[in-house]
Amino acid sequence: MSANAGTTPPKAKLKIGMYWAASCGGCDISLLEIGPHILELIEAADVVFWPCAADFKYKDVAAYPDGYMDVCFFNGGVRNSEQEEIARLLRRKSKTLIAYGECAIDGGIPALANTKTIEGIFAASYHDNPSLDNPGHVEPQPITESNFGDLEIPHFYPHVLRLADIVEVDYQIPGCPPQADRVWEAILTLVGGKVPARNTAVKVACFDKSVCDECALEKRNVKIKEFKRPHLAIPEPGWCLLEQGFICMGPATRSGCGALCTKAILPCRGCYGPSGEVTDQGAAMISALGSILDATTEEHAREMIDEIVDPVGTFYRFTMASSDLKGSR
Amino acid sequence: MTSPHVKTKEGFRRISIDPVTRLEGHGKIDIFLDREGEVAEVFFQVPELRGFEKFCEGRPVEELPRITPRICGVCPEAHMMASAKACDAVYKVTLPLTAKLLRELQYNIFYVTDHTTHFYALGAPDFVMGPTSDPATRNIIGVIGKVGLEIGGQVIKCRQWGHEAAAIFGGKPVNPVNAIPGGMSKPISVEERDRLREIVDYMVGFAKFTLKLFHDVVLANNQYLDIILNGPFRHETYSMGLVDEHNKVNFYDGKVRVVDPEGRELCKYAPADYASVIAERVEPWTYLKFPYLKQVGWKGFVDGKDSGVYRATPQSRLNVADGMNSPEAQAAYEEYFETLTGDRSGKKPVHHTLAIHWARVIELLNAAEHAQELLKHPEITNPENYRVIPTATPSEGVGIVEAPRGTLTHHYLTDEKGIVRKANLIVGTTNNHAAICMSLKKAAQGLIHRGVEVSEGLLNMIEMAFRAYDPCYGCATHSLPGKMPLWVRVHEPNGTVVGELKR
Repeated sequence: MSANAGTTPPKAKLKIGMYWAASCGGCDISLLEIGPHILELIEAADVVFWPCAADFKYKDVAAYPDGYMDVCFFNGGVRNSEQEEIARLLRRKSKTLIAYGECAIDGGIPALANTKTIEGIFAASYHDNPSLDNPGHVEPQPITESNFGDLEIPHFYPHVLRLADIVEVDYQIPGCPPQADRVWEAILTLVGGKVPARNTAVKVACFDKSVCDECALEKRNVKIKEFKRPHLAIPEPGWCLLEQGFICMGPATRSGCGALCTKAILPCRGCYGPSGEVTDQGAAMISALGSILDATTEEHAREMIDEIVDPVGTFYRFTMASSDLKGSR
Repeated sequence: MTSPHVKTKEGFRRISIDPVTRLEGHGKIDIFLDREGEVAEVFFQVPELRGFEKFCEGRPVEELPRITPRICGVCPEAHMMASAKACDAVYKVTLPLTAKLLRELQYNIFYVTDHTTHFYALGAPDFVMGPTSDPATRNIIGVIGKVGLEIGGQVIKCRQWGHEAAAIFGGKPVNPVNAIPGGMSKPISVEERDRLREIVDYMVGFAKFTLKLFHDVVLANNQYLDIILNGPFRHETYSMGLVDEHNKVNFYDGKVRVVDPEGRELCKYAPADYASVIAERVEPWTYLKFPYLKQVGWKGFVDGKDSGVYRATPQSRLNVADGMNSPEAQAAYEEYFETLTGDRSGKKPVHHTLAIHWARVIELLNAAEHAQELLKHPEITNPENYRVIPTATPSEGVGIVEAPRGTLTHHYLTDEKGIVRKANLIVGTTNNHAAICMSLKKAAQGLIHRGVEVSEGLLNMIEMAFRAYDPCYGCATHSLPGKMPLWVRVHEPNGTVVGELKR
C-alpha cells in the first residue's frame, strides 16, 4: 500500500510477493485457502514474485526499484546464506514485509534442529542410516569444482534464525499455517490501506487470548493426576484434554486458529506461538501447568513434570528459535 | 543465488535458472555451454535442507505423524499417513477395519486435492498459456483468465472442498492431525459421511472434466502431442509404485513393485524390506541424495536396463500396475497406453516424461472414484472401530504410502518407551532426483544449440522437464547440514571422480 493509502483509495493495483525460506510450503498453500477470495485478490493485486506459483526469478526481483512491492509475505525461517540474502533483498524491495507463519516468526518445527549439532545432523543424513551408500563419506560442500566451473550451494547456519533476527519486520501473521479466514481479514485490512505500511512486528490475523478461550471442550476445573500419551488412552468426549492428563498447549498458545486440533480430539501443540505479551512459550506453559497439577508439594509437582516425555519437543514444538533455551552449539 | 566470485572455466558459458519456479521448494539449474554453443553439462542443485531425520530423534514416536507433515505442507497427509503406518509397525498394531477404511478414504480425497493443485497451478500454465508465453501471466492467474472464471471457480471449489474434507477428518484443513498409532483420533458421523459423499461426488465430476480438458487442450493440439511424443523429454528407466494384492494402483497400502524399462518385474517388496532394494548416493554439489536400485547398481546419470536409476511418478505407478481399481480410471488407463505406445494390445511401459501430467489426471479420477467406493462401505461410520490402543512394546517399523510425487518411506527405531532413536526418510521427489537431473540435461541439449537464442521461453521449456515430475524440494530437503570444511571432488561429466581436494 502507498504511504497515503489511508486517505486516498489506491487506484493502481497493489504489487504483492510471497517467498518461502526454511519452510514446508504449507504457508503458500494456506494463502490459496482463502478460496473464492483469490479472485478478489487478483482484482486488487498483481503478483510480482511467488516462486511456488509464478515464473519470476531472483534477477527480476533484484531489478525492481527499492520499495517496488507493496506487501511481501515471507514464510520460513532463515538458516542459510541464500535465505538471509533473499530476506535482505525482499526487505529492500518491499514497503511492508510480513513474517507469515510460525517458522518466520519463531523458527517453527525446523527450529527443533536448534537442539542438535551440525555434526549430528550430517551424520543422520549422510553417514548413518540403513539406506546410505556413501563409503567415501561425501558431504555436500558450499563450493564444488567441476570441469566447467564452480558449483555453489549456500552456507548453512548453525541455527534456524527468525526473519526478525535478520531484517526489520512490519507485521507477523502466526500459525502453522495461518488459518484462511484470519488471513483474508488481514489482507482486506492491508488492501484497504487501513494500517500503516511500516510497523514493528505487530501480530495480526490472530487474537490476544489463548486457544483455551476458543476451545469447545468443557473445563471442569479438575486438577491433573497423571500425564497420558495420546495414542495410549482414549479421552472422554467433550472434556478438556489437559484436565484428562493429555499435555495440551492451549493455555500458552495464542488464539486465532479456532482450536482445530481439539476438534479432532487431539491436544494443541502450540502452532500459533505464545499468547499475549509472552515471548517464551515453553516457560509460560510450564508455569501454567504448575497451577493445575494435583500436587501437594513443589517437589511432587516437579516429579510429575519430570514424567512428561520430551518437554523440549512438546513445549517448544514451534518456537525454539525464540526460546530462552539456546540449543546446542 | 550464485555469488559473483564463483568461477566459470575458460571456454564455457554458464546460464543459471534461479530459482526454478512453479514447484514446491528450492532448486537451481546451472547450464554450461561450450565454445561451440552446445550444452556441455547441466547441474540441478538443491540448495536447502532441514534435518528432520536428526531432530525426530528424542521425540515420542506418536508425535511424528504431527511433526513430519511439516516436511511438506503441500502433501502433509502423505507424511502423516506414512508416519502413522510406521508407528503402527513400531507397535506391531493391526488396524481395525474402520480405521483402515478411514485412512484410505482421507488419503484418496487428499490425492484429488493435491493433484488438482499441481495440474492447474503448476503444470497447466505451460500448456494453457503456452510454454513460451509471457512469464508474467504464465501462472494460475493467467490460466483462470484464459479458461474463464467459471472453470477457475470450479478449480477453487474442488480444492476448498478437499480441504473441508481434510478438516472433517483431522481438524485442520492444512496439516491435519488425526492419524495416530493404531488408527484415527476420531470416527466420522453419518452426517459427516453424507457431507463427504457430496464432496466426493463433486470431485468425480470435476476429475472427469479435468481429463476432458487435458484431451482438449493438450492431446488435441498436434504441437503439444508432438512435444510429448518426440521432444527431448524421454528416458527409459525403471519404474516404481505401490500396488494392491491384484497389482492395481493403490496410493495408501500394498507392496512396492519395481519393473524394468521393458516392463518386466524386477521385484515386489514389503515396506520393511526397502533398504535391501534402495541405496542412496551423496554428491558434494547438492544437498539432496540420489537413491538407486541396489541390485542393478549405480552407473551414473544414465538410463537403460543396466542403470539403477528409477522413477516413482504417476506414470511409473501406471507402468508397474496391471490396472486401476475403478472403472472410468481403468478406461483412461487403457487409452493412455494405447495412445502412447500406438499399440492396442495393452503394451507397457511408457517413458514419455511430459505424459506424466496425463497419468496424474488419470490418478485424479481414480482417487475420486475410489473415495466414492469407500464411502459406500457400511463400516465407514462405525463409532467404535476407528482405533485400537497399542499394547506391544515399541521397537522398529517402516511405513510406506505413495505420495503424489513418489513412493514415500518412513523408518523409525525406538526405545522400549517409544522414544525415537533413529529415523530414516526416503521421500517422493528424492526417488526421482537422478532422473530429474537427466531430464534437464537432455532437454537442454535438445533445445540449446549454436545460433539458437537462449530466450526465457526456451529456458522455461527446460523447466518443463522437471515440472512434469511435480517435484517437491520441501519434501526432499528434510535434512539440515551446516557449513563444513571445504572438500572438493573433481569429477568428469559422467560422474567419475578424477581428484579430491581437502582443506
